Parts: sequence; C-alpha cells; structure tokens
Amino acid sequence: MCIRLEKARGTVQIHENKVIAKDTYELVFIDKTLASKIKPGQFVNLYCYCSSRLLPRPISICEVDKKQGWIKLIYAVVGEGTKEFSKLNQGDSIEVLGPLGNGFTMENSKSNLIIGGGVGVPPLLELAKQLQGNNRIILGFRQEPFLVKEFEQYGEVFVATDTGNYGYKGTVIDVLNHFDLKGNSLYSCGPKPMLKAVKEWAQIRGISAQFSLEERMGCGFGACVGCAVKVWKNKHEFSYKKVCMDGPVFRGDEIFND
Amino acid sequence: MDLSVTIAGVHFKNPVMTASGTFGSGKEFEPFIDLNELGGIVVKGVAYEPWMGNAPPRIAESYGGMLNAVGLQNPGIEAFIKDDIPFLRQYNTNIIVNIAGRTIDEYCRVAERLQTADVDMIELNISCPNIKHGGVAFGTDPDMAEKITYAVKKVSKQPLIVKLSPNVTDITEIAKAVESGGADAVSLINTLLGMKIDIHKRQPVLANKVGGLSGPAIKPIAVRMVYQVTKAIKLPVIGLGGISTGEDAIEFLLAGATGIAVGTANLIRPTATMEVLKGIKQYMKQYEVKDMGELIGVV
Repeated sequence: MCIRLEKARGTVQIHENKVIAKDTYELVFIDKTLASKIKPGQFVNLYCYCSSRLLPRPISICEVDKKQGWIKLIYAVVGEGTKEFSKLNQGDSIEVLGPLGNGFTMENSKSNLIIGGGVGVPPLLELAKQLQGNNRIILGFRQEPFLVKEFEQYGEVFVATDTGNYGYKGTVIDVLNHFDLKGNSLYSCGPKPMLKAVKEWAQIRGISAQFSLEERMGCGFGACVGCAVKVWKNKHEFSYKKVCMDGPVFRGDEIFND
Repeated sequence: MDLSVTIAGVHFKNPVMTASGTFGSGKEFEPFIDLNELGGIVVKGVAYEPWMGNAPPRIAESYGGMLNAVGLQNPGIEAFIKDDIPFLRQYNTNIIVNIAGRTIDEYCRVAERLQTADVDMIELNISCPNIKHGGVAFGTDPDMAEKITYAVKKVSKQPLIVKLSPNVTDITEIAKAVESGGADAVSLINTLLGMKIDIHKRQPVLANKVGGLSGPAIKPIAVRMVYQVTKAIKLPVIGLGGISTGEDAIEFLLAGATGIAVGTANLIRPTATMEVLKGIKQYMKQYEVKDMGELIGVV
C-alpha cells in the first residue's frame, strides 16, 4: 500500500484554540511536514468527532511557521461542526487532511492591494507576509475586527466596519475610493457580494486580480464534484469548475460574469 | 484465503469496488491508495456528450449521511476514452464504466462507442435522481427498465450491470424486469431522494431543491433491498449503500451480494476502500472463512 502520509487523513494535537472575536476562533497545531508544504491561500479539511457529521469542514490556513512547524487556522462558528471545534482544548487531537487547493499565484508586483472581508480575512495574512512589494491592506468587518495588528507588520492597513465602531464606516470599496488606493496586483477573499464589487472596481482600473472563493464542499479533494463554480471562457461560455481542486483562487476575469 | 469472485464472467481479485460518482476516474485517489488493490473501479457516470451538471449548492450534510445533486457533470465519452482509460489501465483492476443518458438512444450511443474501448463492464445508470430527463425515469417503471436494458444490452460488447433505484415501492419488480431485459448483473442501491431546508433562509439548501441521500444513514435500506433482490432473481448482485467498514461489507455479502461498492465513505476517508478490504480479511480470518462462497447469501 502506498499511502503518501502528507495527504492522508492524519491526527494532530491542538496547541491552542481560543476565541479572538465574536464566534471567531484561532486554532494552532504543530505538524512540520504539513507546514513545509503550505502555500498562501490553501486550506485543510478538519473532521468532526461526532460520526453523524460525516463531511469535513474546509478551513483556510491563516499563517504558518515552516521552521517551527506550526499552522494557524481561523474559523467562524457557523454550525454544529465548527461549534464542536470551538470546544476543543489544548492537547486534544483532531483529524486533518491537507494542504488542499492551489492557493494564490504570487505576482512580483511593485505594489499590492490585499482586500479581505470577515472570515475571508485570515487566508490573506500568510499571503501578505510572503508577497514582495509594497502592501496596502484593506479589511472589512461587520462590527468587530480581528488580525489587524498581525497585518500591520506587512503593510499599511485600512479597516472598514459596517457599524463604524472601528476604522471607517462603510465598505472596503468606500475605503479604496476614499483614499484613492492603487496597486499593480490585487488579492481578495471574502463574502461573494464584496468579491463581486471588488472585481468590478479592479476591472475598471485594469488591475490584475485574484479571488479566493467559497462553496459548500463534499470531499475537498476533487472526487465528489460538489463545490462547483461557474468559470467563464469568454462573455458567453462557462463550465463548472471545482473550488477545491481548480481553485479556491480564480482570476477576476474568469468569474462572476453573469 | 481466497477473496476472488466472478460476476457475469468477469474475474475480480476481491469483491471491493467503488461506487460511481464517489471516486471520479480514480485519479483523485491515486495519492492515497494503491489502486491495484481494488477489485474494480466503477467510474463516475459518462454520457455521450459533455454534461454541465447542476447549479451549486450541490451538497448538503444530513444526520449520518449527505445529499447530493451534482447532476452527472461529466466530460463526455470521447474525453473519457482519451484521458481516463489509459490512466486506469496502468492498474491491475477491472474498469466498469457507468453510463448515463436522457433517452434510450443516448445510452445506446455510449455503449456502442465503448465496443472498441478497453473496459471490462458497463453499468447502466437508470437511477440517478438528479437529472430532469432520463435517469431515474427509466429505473422506476418496470416496462421502461426492461426496454432500456434490452436496447443497451443489444449494442454492448461488455457484460452489462444495471444499477437500480431504491425510490420504488417494490425493487424486486424492477430487478425482474431488467433480468428479462437481458442484464448480466444488477447493482443496488443508488441514492434515496431527499430534501433539506435551510430554516433561516426558508429555502431548500440544494439549488436543485432535492438530492440523493447516501452514507451510513441508508445502509439498512440497502441491505434489505439486496436481500430481497437476491431472493427474487438469478443474476449476480453488487451491493452498495452506506458501506464504510469491513463489517458493513460482510452484511451485504451475507445478504446475497457477490460484490460490494464503497461510495460516500471515499469522500470522507480517501483510504476507505482499503479499510473495508482489510476488515473483510479480518472477518474471514476470525471465522476461518476460506473463500467468498462461504459468505455470499448465507442469510
């Protein structure tokens, strides 16, 4: 039998699992082999203890330290599965499969715009860390921001909140326009309406943009063809691609054309 | 111990196969398992022309199972022959092509095209609940089931398995009909039609509204139907529906299945087929079973 261990489901021990904002948790575990393979924008499958919850939960990778081998995930509690994760303590074990997906293509641009919204913010941290060039980072939240300090290490950070209780009141687009922010490359992850608005904003300005998408997944490694997204060949023709295997990152010109 | 079985004249080194639609054409599993270990690979449904599949969301979890409404997204038979057969033939395992269509003619064209292809068996999918035309419509009416089996059998070079739907009042009626139609074997069960509603959005979770339920939740239904069908017809039966462990597989064999297929479990544990195979061997060792004949249909 030729199981390649780095891709098989394996058990890891939890180093830390703590709340960082409302219904938002940070989970850290150590696995040097896994850490050495991770690219910004990839994700891992986490499996539930409760055997009635069959499907893995795909969680994006927030940050990795290849030397020490730790991997940080940030997840929102959105259902029973993630609620189960939130109750795990240091020393508990959890089953992980990964790294999965392709991640971002890092372009060697002079200046980058990094735009995140809500639970779409975490996967951009490792990207901001690794990108060459000058980073402008725009983070949008409903009310309570997180990871702002961490992002400040890697560029100038602008925060927008819907409520205005932190940073600028409004959307990431309002921030982009208000400060007349520019960049040669754009990387974004967040809720679909935000991504659509960012795509349009970048398109008008001719900025090359990449978007990390979310879809309900079955397996996470390409077998079930569940996580379909319309990928456009041109203005009229599309086919369904898999978010898990063909993505989760897609070029702006190939998505949201309808 | 001898794990080999023969189904419709085709030799299998062991009874463990993959359920169509949960294993792609094997490529996704190559990093996890040695495909040579499998008795057979039943590939994802292939139609004559490429099919786009349904709009997302296509997947929903339910208690002990999952719903899917993928809608048989596939690249068409030409792409399958060009890309997937050469890949699969690198391995010492049987290739079983699950074929899909909207009309009898469409199914026949796929079987005809496969006449010159290097595959071991054909599985006729008349039980997919997720497409608007064809599929399950043929699998829920005995006359239609017999008619399509007869038509596809006539143009098939390879032995023909017909995959049955559980979404019927009496599955033995359909099994008898495909037997008279000339099928060489039957496989059962496909998914059970189900539905999940998002109570916060007050709308169905799946874009297709309904989808096929699979996974451990459906296993007792599948075992019961395999038991009924093996008593009702003479054809060999491939049993599937919620098999995740060796013990599950043994239940199907005891109920009368000659072969078994692992489905949803592949999506959850990519090594599931190997664990099932190991579990079967353990059981045989524990009860000093020398060959599969001592197990098949003894209940």
